[in-house]
Order: sequence, then structure tokens, then C-alpha cells
Amino acid sequence: MSDKFKFAMYWAGSCGGCEIAVLEIKDKILEVDANYDVVFWPVAADFKYKDVEGYDDGFIDVCLFNGCIRNSENEYVANLLRKKSKVLVAFGACATMGGIPGLANEATAQQLKDLVYRDNPSVDNPEGIYPQEKYEVPEGELELPHLYDTVKTLDQCVDVDYYVPGCPPEAHQIGAVLDAVTAALKGEAELPPKGAVVGAAPKTCCDECKRVKEEKKISGFRRMWEFFPDPEKCLLEQGVMCMGPATRAGCGARCTNVGMACRGCYGPPDGVVDQGAKMLSTLASIVDAPTPEEIAEIAGTLPDPVGTFYRFGLASSLLRRAKV
Amino acid sequence: MAEEKIGVYICHCGTNIAGKVDVEEVTRWAAEQPNVAVAREYKYMCSDPGQDLIKQDIQEHGITRAVVAACSPTMHEPTFRKAAGDGGLNPYLLQMANIREHCSWVTIDGDAATEKAKRILGAQIHRLPLNLPLEPIEVPVNPNVMVVGGGIAGIEAALKLAATGKKVYLVERDPSIGGHMAMFDKTFPTLDCAACILTPKMSAAGKEPNIEMLAYSEVTQVDGYVGNFKVKVTKKARYVDIDKCTGCALCTEACVVRKVPNEFDQGLSKRAAAYIPFPQAVPLKATLDPTRCLTLTGKKCKQPCVAACGPAAIDFDQKDEEIELEVGAIIMATGFQLWDPTPETRYSYGKLDNVISSLEFERISNASGPTGGHIVCKNGEPPKSVAILHCVGSRDENYQEFCSRVCCMYSLKFAHLIKEHLPETEVYECYIDMRTYGKGYEEFYKRLMDEGVHFIRGRAAEVSDVGLTPNEEGHLVVKVEDTLLGVTRRLPVDMVVLSSGLAPRADAKSTAQIFGFGCSANGFYLERHPKLEPVSTVTDGIFIAGCCQYPKDIPDTVAQAGAAAAGALALVDNATVKVEPTISYIDPEKCSGCHICVGLCPHAAIQYNEEKGVAEVIEAACKGCGVCVAACGSGVPQQRGYLDEQIFAEIEGALAL
Repeated sequence: MSDKFKFAMYWAGSCGGCEIAVLEIKDKILEVDANYDVVFWPVAADFKYKDVEGYDDGFIDVCLFNGCIRNSENEYVANLLRKKSKVLVAFGACATMGGIPGLANEATAQQLKDLVYRDNPSVDNPEGIYPQEKYEVPEGELELPHLYDTVKTLDQCVDVDYYVPGCPPEAHQIGAVLDAVTAALKGEAELPPKGAVVGAAPKTCCDECKRVKEEKKISGFRRMWEFFPDPEKCLLEQGVMCMGPATRAGCGARCTNVGMACRGCYGPPDGVVDQGAKMLSTLASIVDAPTPEEIAEIAGTLPDPVGTFYRFGLASSLLRRAKV
Repeated sequence: MAEEKIGVYICHCGTNIAGKVDVEEVTRWAAEQPNVAVAREYKYMCSDPGQDLIKQDIQEHGITRAVVAACSPTMHEPTFRKAAGDGGLNPYLLQMANIREHCSWVTIDGDAATEKAKRILGAQIHRLPLNLPLEPIEVPVNPNVMVVGGGIAGIEAALKLAATGKKVYLVERDPSIGGHMAMFDKTFPTLDCAACILTPKMSAAGKEPNIEMLAYSEVTQVDGYVGNFKVKVTKKARYVDIDKCTGCALCTEACVVRKVPNEFDQGLSKRAAAYIPFPQAVPLKATLDPTRCLTLTGKKCKQPCVAACGPAAIDFDQKDEEIELEVGAIIMATGFQLWDPTPETRYSYGKLDNVISSLEFERISNASGPTGGHIVCKNGEPPKSVAILHCVGSRDENYQEFCSRVCCMYSLKFAHLIKEHLPETEVYECYIDMRTYGKGYEEFYKRLMDEGVHFIRGRAAEVSDVGLTPNEEGHLVVKVEDTLLGVTRRLPVDMVVLSSGLAPRADAKSTAQIFGFGCSANGFYLERHPKLEPVSTVTDGIFIAGCCQYPKDIPDTVAQAGAAAAGALALVDNATVKVEPTISYIDPEKCSGCHICVGLCPHAAIQYNEEKGVAEVIEAACKGCGVCVAACGSGVPQQRGYLDEQIFAEIEGALAL
């Protein structure tokens, strides 16, 4: 093998968008190739776990780990890659905060299976067949990973060096992170302090959002299909549930600048412990109603509070999961 | 952070805390907690020897942080922070753990109280290493004072302050100062004529050069903070130029609208649309009632008032005027309103003639009242018998649970006045308990017993006009259980006086909100401490006096007004005042300029800097309420002394046990 730096990327509990996002850096991928040997990247190259198991500890210079930890396989690989990597990066919303799969923490694994294999109206499963973790076939025993009740973030399992937020991380931010890591590995620059959020900005989405912001008073929530929002004005002021104020900047406010409310995928800015609770606190401050009844009525116009405030961050929030 | 040496001081507060909490056990436990260098218990930490413990430990043991587990911080935090400061420690490195109001007083089980005390204390021990030294902010003090409300409390406070040479703005909502006291005929128990003792004070207030009288005016907005309040006052249009008006009342005689119920007489007489509320009014100026004056309501009128007015003072084009005043202190003396007896339907108030409220009786018995001081029924005849019903709306879980303190005495005064005017008239006092607690009050009660008044111990059950016997026919019938005799009685009478309690003003809550303090559960203004700071509010620089705080008689009101004036003077007589540094700050490197906090600040202490695109805190205006801290989605505004990490540390400490 060459003396290039060793690169790995892994896809745990996630949709795969992060993998595609890496390719969105376009011709910059050639620079990656120039500087790195890919030693593990299941979506792009044919490596097996046993290959990784055979590496020396710390063999991999940088590993981008995307996806949450929601089954025993995810957890095994997380531990394995931690051991084999010098720099382990939680890459994307799922690895950093649990992401969309983290919403599974509203239910148990059994409840999820019941929904998917039995209760959904479109399910046709008269024999009630559920996936088995072990199955005997003539060739031997087949095994599926064990599905956990609770989705975890990467740092709830293993020590994480850096965090790259976003669902998915923006290409220009990925490029910048790779440049910074390469420069540090070459000894041309310092790595940021351990635990830092990289590939993002310190302020919030509002800072990058071009809409005009004024003082806010909300007398009701509206969804995008209900009306045509004013293209110049702050969406939150128009009653659209925009997570911008409680969401870290770095994406360039791509959603709000094209008329969609921020969904919060970059997670909370530094200093905010719980993104959903903070946003609720913000809303509670700007809902404009004199009586508890009217406040309740306005709050009632907001569907799916957990899915709204904790769309990406339930697993990393103070709530973590629903009680079982 | 690990190097901190925390001193823990646990107060017995006599038996207030030690009677429930095992103080020795909490002390033993505290000594083992991280960073704790010294843990002591003492019978009264607030005493000098108690405070000296903290000072000594700072100097001799090198304590770098301290926590006093005792009463509420609103009670003694300043005491102990000063002690820490005297010992050489930054005062803000001392925390209070409230194990009295939050623990021993409200926990029944001793073991549970001890456990709770540990958690409350543990929260503070846990957060103390994160405390940062803070320095109080010193600000200049405006020497002027505003008094809101021109009743006897407000007049007294204004006169006292004016006598010290301070400029006083006396704001009164009605066209004249005087308040309720101006409506009374006699005052208990000495039977001084209310007008004789009040009107000289009213007129002195009117003439006092240091008092700027703002009658017929209301406060609409209060900004600023102790020593530096900015108050917006709306001077309502009188439609009379008060510089020209001589108070001759010719306009009121000329006015063609004559059937306006006279508020000052409780609607028992009529006034004109152009009016002076009562002859002794201060300022003695006419007012045109904008809801009744024909011209002002857009109707046709020959405007005889204009013709009648010699100095041409009538000005239909006058507009409400908003002025902004700067004062260093404010005294609230907004008074009370009589509890409206209408909801107590069993007493038939408003349904049956001659069932009247106590204020109506005050006006009927007043020599300058609607009947010229003759106590008469609606038909003009003097009543042959009168029942006075105590505790109407008072001491009643359905209405006001509290005792209004003055009703027993004014009821006795009524009985005396009736006997004085109409010696042959029978007077019945139906009471639950006779509360005659003041100087000369019990003696007055004794005197009434000798005047032939019938005292019946029992709350009246009903007032009706249904006569069951010939001697009840044509009379009001009061049904009452005489609990001393154990019999139910039916009293046929000609007049029933309902001795209503005193209620908070209907707008007390919203008024308190404008000024930035609160109300008690019963609706009266909340004092900072019921015993030791009865005329202060939670807002530094704002004082309260009189019945707006709680029902009280005239002597107590006057005494409180003096106390409030002294409190205000003690503040505005200084060139500067130190204000708490526990205020909010915004890091411009983190603020995204989303505008959420800007409109929310109740003290207008946050401004948006267009150039930098960030919100900024005006330190002098921030009161440290924390609204912006809660509202900001990115957690950028932080309040000194209540940083997120400090609060989280407290939570962790409380849960750590």
C-alpha cells in the first residue's frame, strides 16, 4: 500500500444521503484520491469487516462515520472503527444527533415491528411473519443484527473527535473539512480542538437567511401548503414553524432562501443544550395571546411537536426517548 | 475549579428550620461534599456572630466560595452577601440555599425535609464553582419622586416629600385629589369631621410649590429602573384651560345636560356634563365630561357654558396630552374600591329600595351630600329602624376570604351617626365577630353599647320585602340567626346598610404590571416583605402605601404614607445607587439578529444595531428579568449570575443525591 493517508467512510443507521453528499464535492474527490488511500468505504469499494479487523489500531487516519447507532451491527462497527481510526468524525445529523431515525425513540423496537409488519394498512401479512434475528437454512444459521429499542448517537457509544452536522452536510463544508484535515495530517495546520463542530458556522440559520426580520408575534401556525408566504419576510413571523433561530448556521440557509422553513438539521448552536426545548422556549416567548385557552388553541395548530422540535435531535436531547 | 474552597453555613432559624430539618445531619453531609472546606451550623446565621462566622472563615480558612442554607434570598441574601464582601470575598461568590420557605415550612415529614434540605443545598454547592465575581453597577439617581394616587395616602406622602425640598409629581386619575376620605362625613373613633382634617391637606398639596399636581391624569408606561424611571403620563383633556378656569362653577350651572349620575355621591345625585366633583375639589377646576357633553359627543348644543365662562376657559379642541417625566422613585397609593355587593343576591342590593352600600350611607350622612346630611329613605322619610350588615363579601370563601379591617368600626360609626341624627330610630348591627383592634376602638364599641344599639351576633341570611306578619308588611325584612341566643330572628327595618369589604381596584393587576411589580393572591399590591418591608415592592425604587397594599384605616394609611415617603427619600437623597449586576449580555459574535428578543424586553433594554446586525443590551435599562435569555433560540443572551451552565449545575446538584 502507498504512503498516502488512509481514508474510511461508513454508513450506519441512516438513509445514505451523506454518502451521496461526499460525491457532491465533485472534482475535489480527485484531491481526496491524490492524498488518501480508501481503506474502507462499503458504498464505494469492496472491503469486508474482516479487512478492517485486520488493520493495526490507529491505521486509518480519518474516518467519516455517518448514521446513528440503532442495532448491534452499527455498534460493533462503531467500536471497531474507533479503535482503528486516528480521527473519528461523526458525519451528518444521524451520527451527531440521531437524526430522523432518532424519532424511533418515541416507540420501542417491538412497536416499530408491529407497525411495519402487521398494523400498517398496506401490509399484507396474514401469517404474521416477522423478521427473525436467527434463521436455520440448509447451509447453516443466518443472523440479522439485533434492533435496539433506543437509537443512539455515535458519541453515546464511542469517543468522537469531531462533528460535521447537516442532513446531509453541505458539499462546500465537506470540502472545507477535508482540506483542513489534509492540511493538518501534512503538518501544515493545527487540527481544531477535540470535540469541535466543524463544517458549520457559530451563529444560527437566521444569520445566513436573507429574509427581513422584525419583531415577532405569532397568533397561529400555518403550513406551507396553506398559503403563499411573503418571499421577503421572515417565515416564523408569518406563522411558519421555522427552526432557524435554534439551528446552527453553515448550510447557507438554503431552505429558507428558497421558501422552505428550516427543519433544524444542523442542530443547536454552541451553548444550547437541547435544540427542541430551546425552540419551544422561543415560541412560548413570541406566541401572542392573552389567555391560557388562546395559547393552547394556537399551540394546537402545530402538528407533531416531537417531530417538529426534535426532528433530528431527539436521541441527543435531554429527553432521549419516550418512557417505556 | 477543583481548587475552590466552599464554606457551608446552615441556619437553624431558631426552630423555624431546625424544628423540621435535622441540621446536624445536613451539616455532616455537607462537609463531605466536593469542594466543601468548612461546614457549620448556627442558631441564627443572620445575627452578627453568625455573619462573623463567614468573615472569619474567609480570612482564616481562605474560603473562596460560600453558601448559606437559611431563608429565602429575598430575605437575607443582601445581608450575607454584604458579610462576604466585608470578609474580603466578592459578594456574588456567595449563594443562598432556601431551606426555610422552600423546605422546613412546607414539608410535613422531618426525614423528608432533611433529605430535601440536602438537595437544595447540594444544588448550590454544585453550582458555586461556576460562580463568577461580579461588581455592582453604580448609577446616578434622579432626585424627583412621583406619587400615584391622590387619596389621603398619596397626599400625605407627597406633602412629606415636598417638605424635604424634593420635587414631587402627584398623579391622580380623577379630576380632583381627595380619594375616598373626601367622601366621608365623620371618621372613627374620634368622630373628627373628615373634611375638616383632609381639606387643609388637599389645599396644602395644591399650593405646595414642590408638588406638581397632575390631576385627571394616568400613568401609561414606566421604563427605567431604580433612581432613573421614565414615566409616561397621559393628561386627559378637561376641555377647560386650567390656567384660565377660576373654579367659579358658572359653566356647571349653565350646562344643559343635568342628569349625569354624580360619581362622588355614588350616583345618589345628579351633576351636569360640565362639573366640579365637589366644592372642596383640588384643583378647583371644571371638567367637561366627554361622554355626556353634547358638543363633545357630536350633538347640537348652544354651548351656554362658553357664554357663562368669563375667562373664556372652555376649549372643545383640547386633546389628551402625553408627557414624559423622569423620577428617581415612585410611590403607589392607588387605593381601593368598595366591594360591589350586587353578586350577593340574597341581600337584594340593587333590587330593593333602601338597601344601600356603606359608601352610599357615607354620602347620605354627609352634610355636603345629596340629602344635606339628613339620613332618609328613598321616599324622603327618616328610617324608624336600620339594620347594618357586617362582612358583606368579606370573610367569605365565595367572595373575599380576608377581613377588611375597617368595616366593624365604620359600621359602629354609622350606628352612632343614626342615633345622633335620629335618637328614636332602632339600629341593629348584625356581625360575625366585632373587630375593634385600634387605639380607642374598643372604647368606641363600649360607648355604642350604651347608646342603645342592638348587637346581634350572626351573619345575616337574607334581606327581602316579603312580610309574613302585619308588623313586617311594608318593611325590609332581615333574616339572621342570633348565635348567642340560638334563635333565628326576622328584623323588620326601613333601611339596610351593607358594610362591604374593601376590594383591590379592578385594574390593580394591570397597573402593577405597568410598574413592574406583582399582586398578592387577594389582588392587593404585593409588598417586598410582609413585616420588614411592608411599603417596598420587588421593584427597587417603587413603594406602596395605603389601601392599595391591603385594607387599612386612616391612621395606618397615613403612617404607611410617611414610611413610603421616608423610603423614597432615603433613595433619592443620594447622588447614586448601586444596582444589581445580574443583568443580561449579548455576545455580538454569536447573535444572528433574528429580532426575537428585541420586542420582548419589558424594559426596552434591547436595541437592534442595524449596522452590525445584532441585538444589544442597554445595561442601565436591563433589570435582569431573563425574558431574552429564555426567548433566544440560540442561547446568546446570558444573564450574569444565572448562566445556563450555572443553572444546569444546580439541577445536577439537586438530582445528584
